[in-house]
Amino acid sequence: METMVQREITAWTALELGRRIRAGEVSVTEALKAYLDNIEQTDGSYHAYVSVWREQAFQRAKQVEQELKEGKYADSPLAGVPIAVKDNICTKGEETTCASRILAGFRPPYQAEVVDRLLSAGMVIIGKTNMDEFAMGSTTETSAAGATRNPWDTSRVPGGSSGGSAAAVAAFEAPVALGSDTGGSIRQPSAFCGVAGIKPTYGTVSRYGLIAYASSLDQIGPIARSVEDLAAMLEIISGWDEKDSTSVSSEYKYTYLDVIEAVKQAFKDEKDRKELKDRNQGGDIKNACPPQVLAGLRIGLPKEYFGEGLDREVKKCVLEAAEALKALGARLEEVELPAIKYAIPAYYVLASAEASSNLSRYDGVKYGYRTADYEGLQELYKKTRSEGFGEEVKRRMLIGAFVLSSGYYEAYYNKALKVKAVIKQNFDRAFEQYDLLLSPTAPNVAPRLGESLADPLKMYLGDIYTVAVNLAGLPGISIPVGFAEKDGKRLPVGLQLIGRPFGERELFQAAYAYERWQKASGEVKELFAEKAEGGQRDDRERREADESKSTI
Amino acid sequence: MTERGGKQMRANRQYETVIGLEVHVELATKTKIFCGCTTEFGGEPNTHCCPICTGMPGTLPVLNKKVVEYAAAAALAMGCTVTRRCRFDRKNYFYPDLPKAYQVSQLYLPIGRNGGIEIEVEGKKKVIGIHEIHMEEDAGKLVHDPWEDVTLVDYNRCGVPLIEIVSEPDMRSAEEVIAYLEKLKLMLQYLGVSDCKMQEGSLRADINLSVRELGAKEFGTRTEMKNMNSFKAIARAVNGERKRQIELLEYGGRVVQETRRWDDNKDTSFAMRSKEDAQDYRYFPEPDLVPLELGEEWLAELKSRQPELRDEKRARYIREYQLPAYDAGILTASKAIADLFEETVALCGKPKEVSNWLMVETMRLLKESEQEPEEVSFSPKNLAALIGLLEEGAINRTVAKEIFEQIFRKDVEPVKYVEAHGLRIVQDTGALGEAIREVLAAHPQSVADYRGGKKKAMGFLVGQVMKETKGKADPRMVNQMLLEELEGLE
Amino acid sequence: MKIEDKTIEYVAALAKLELSEEEGLTHERARGDLERILAYIETMNELDTEGIEPMSHVFPLKNVMREDVVREDMIRQTEQMEGRQIRREALLSNAPSQKEGCFVVPKTVE
Repeated sequence: METMVQREITAWTALELGRRIRAGEVSVTEALKAYLDNIEQTDGSYHAYVSVWREQAFQRAKQVEQELKEGKYADSPLAGVPIAVKDNICTKGEETTCASRILAGFRPPYQAEVVDRLLSAGMVIIGKTNMDEFAMGSTTETSAAGATRNPWDTSRVPGGSSGGSAAAVAAFEAPVALGSDTGGSIRQPSAFCGVAGIKPTYGTVSRYGLIAYASSLDQIGPIARSVEDLAAMLEIISGWDEKDSTSVSSEYKYTYLDVIEAVKQAFKDEKDRKELKDRNQGGDIKNACPPQVLAGLRIGLPKEYFGEGLDREVKKCVLEAAEALKALGARLEEVELPAIKYAIPAYYVLASAEASSNLSRYDGVKYGYRTADYEGLQELYKKTRSEGFGEEVKRRMLIGAFVLSSGYYEAYYNKALKVKAVIKQNFDRAFEQYDLLLSPTAPNVAPRLGESLADPLKMYLGDIYTVAVNLAGLPGISIPVGFAEKDGKRLPVGLQLIGRPFGERELFQAAYAYERWQKASGEVKELFAEKAEGGQRDDRERREADESKSTI
Repeated sequence: MTERGGKQMRANRQYETVIGLEVHVELATKTKIFCGCTTEFGGEPNTHCCPICTGMPGTLPVLNKKVVEYAAAAALAMGCTVTRRCRFDRKNYFYPDLPKAYQVSQLYLPIGRNGGIEIEVEGKKKVIGIHEIHMEEDAGKLVHDPWEDVTLVDYNRCGVPLIEIVSEPDMRSAEEVIAYLEKLKLMLQYLGVSDCKMQEGSLRADINLSVRELGAKEFGTRTEMKNMNSFKAIARAVNGERKRQIELLEYGGRVVQETRRWDDNKDTSFAMRSKEDAQDYRYFPEPDLVPLELGEEWLAELKSRQPELRDEKRARYIREYQLPAYDAGILTASKAIADLFEETVALCGKPKEVSNWLMVETMRLLKESEQEPEEVSFSPKNLAALIGLLEEGAINRTVAKEIFEQIFRKDVEPVKYVEAHGLRIVQDTGALGEAIREVLAAHPQSVADYRGGKKKAMGFLVGQVMKETKGKADPRMVNQMLLEELEGLE
Repeated sequence: MKIEDKTIEYVAALAKLELSEEEGLTHERARGDLERILAYIETMNELDTEGIEPMSHVFPLKNVMREDVVREDMIRQTEQMEGRQIRREALLSNAPSQKEGCFVVPKTVE
């Protein structure tokens, strides 16, 4: 019975859970417990979390329960809903390590702005999620805490760097999570884990308290199991913050749920109309044409994003989803972004340069790790940093120091800034004709553990469809669009939609329409229902196996 | 010229010294450049700090508007072209006084360029070019702990806003350097941009110096002496380093480009141990701050708000207060003194009297206590009250000087002080007559001397009367009554 | 681009890193990785950027400034001085070594 309730709770979307909490059907503590139980049962296999806040979360849940009774959070649809937070987002008084040895034990005496906003919305933080060290990586394997595994196939990576957040949401260990995205770090793990994630327009979400990797590219965003949850989350965390100079002022209206409502209404109206028609003609609703909810929306398919290196099955899934969008009324056309192939080189110059500067502050003086034995200041610096940072981080700091060093700035750093300008021009031109651009999120499904570590350059190339979005500061969303079959396992495939600056509303409109159609059409089985069943079954089997072992 | 080790110098070569200055000035803002911490001087270590200025992970800078205003005002006053689209850059290097391991500064687009300051040395006017002015943040303070032989790091100064004013290598002597610095300091004080308190490190200069044979076209190799914070030491350092370089060249040596530390006690400079690594600061645009776009209107408004600078003020003092040019020059040589002057005159009028107190007594006391004019801490109302008492004839000038010392040191209220110490002039002729008679009775020899024609004895008797009246008597009255008494008795 | 040994040493010194001779990111591996990655990065030279302004900031945000007002947000409901002490404790709470309200480093003063 307990399990049934628990399964139900964790199967709901965050908004559904929030609704039921406010309706008094479920208590905040029950909701939290359901998720903590899931973590207890499965996180040993997935390792999505680096820290779970059991006690603090229960305390917080009780507080929110009380506040709800007192009428607080009336306008807050996610009050009482648990959330997981990536470990590069500062949580006051709680360990924040960026999955690095160099920040071991670091407890910030301040709160990230996004965390403040989560708390003001009445959300309950369950814990901090695993990531690639300092968000440098695409697999969550460079974590000093050890790798996270993909819940769909534990021999594979969850993607990265927000792999812990994506895996936690996919494995029903959290209804929603926060990640950060510098070159694809929300979108790519979302794709690999079969969940939805959005990197908002640069400046939409405050970076205050986000431990910087590359300041000009970093952006915090949510990961969830439904587009609607993403919209609700982004409403909570977005908006101007006086503490972040790059935060965009409130002239932009950060509302998204109204877009979702409009699409919902369109589907409903269409259904009513169809039903009326069907009753008259005796037709079958299932075969009915989807409503034209995306009529007038122009979507460009960048030619460069469907070329060499793209997995055949991934391509098939993405193109099918594109067809669905067409069926929903969008106009699809091929578009050219000729400079886009230089996005990765420019990205690695700029991101590494900023990283080399941002990570210089970890020197064993103010916080975090300090080497045990040293003589003199220079040795303190060198040994602390050499022992405290992992390989990938060091590699990028070396690249960064190189491209900024005397004599190379012009050829590398300044050139990369110019390439960035051309890429931005490419996008600007495309957005004169199109409202959105569509591509795969990643060229392949999740690789096996260890595959990417061997060859850093190959790993960098995996970011091919995502990095340009960061360079141009644009919003990008990844949504699950089906599965590719690999070694007898079904692995999720993600579709990326790219919007104009502050075009999140169009992204949500298209993504939600697709998700809605996907469910309604019955062509794709409900992704998470299936996963939920599977996940629970696996656990039950494992528990039974464990129990039988112990009786022997 | 000198001789050394028996070696003879090469004959009669004339050298020219070439000096450029990099002056760091702390701006007079209430808060730091990128956070809301106070810039107050002093304080317990690390109590004027927050997560932002101590470089905690994830924190971000937000620029203080006043810093830009002050920097732009300085740039305008120095005739610089203000960079309309300017930006901050990161200067990367590791040192414990720099918590982020980079200093936010301006390399590529500094706020001001191509200005100049006119100086006058021995009646000759000359313009010293300003290469650029840029904004940046100050670093923290390192203190050696002798007990454990470690260094303690205090970030209170970290993030205090600075402007760095880089001159062209246009100066040729210590006198020119001092004239330039004096002028710069005054200008900044008048603008209200900085208090320029050198003893608190609000104004520090790095000296770049080279020598070359007179007439040579190329500059010689230069050395740099960092963080000099007294004019006297700067003058000595310029002369000392000039001498060292000339001697090196004279004896066939070569000047090495390096950073040197001036030791004012030993009157010579020493090469600093070269840092372990090369100076490769890897500057790049600061991504956490957005560019500045300084509009025409904003600049025009800033210009219109520019306060009266020294030369205008000096002219006005002569015109408006009928002060001698000499007085006007001294009063305006420090913004603090000029302010004090104007505020006092506003209270009590009498510009010449006020000027005298400031020029003579104040300057004397400052010299005695080895203080800078900026450190004057008494209030204009007390000086005005003192002048009022003198005017009424309530105290005499000797007493007034005594009281002024108390005002200077403790900012006492003169009226209360006079009452408390019974310093009011004795106007009562009866009491004074009594005192005179007593003095004459006590010193018959002096009376006899006076009458015998030794008129000097009069002075002694006046002194005795003053002593008897504890200095409160009006000396003129004492003189007159004493005279009457002596002549009358005759 | 060919990366010399001394270049790797120079760059490592700038980044204050010691590259191991035996394990992890060795000197030799770092050199090889850098060489390959830079060779790839140099493909961006194929793109003609003649006349293009380097773009450090993507959006035309400008003049973001705050007023010059003291804000000590971590001080709440305490006397100012006491608050500053509390804040100092918080700032020092993560320090590997502290003394008399200061962070401690090996001797730097000559």
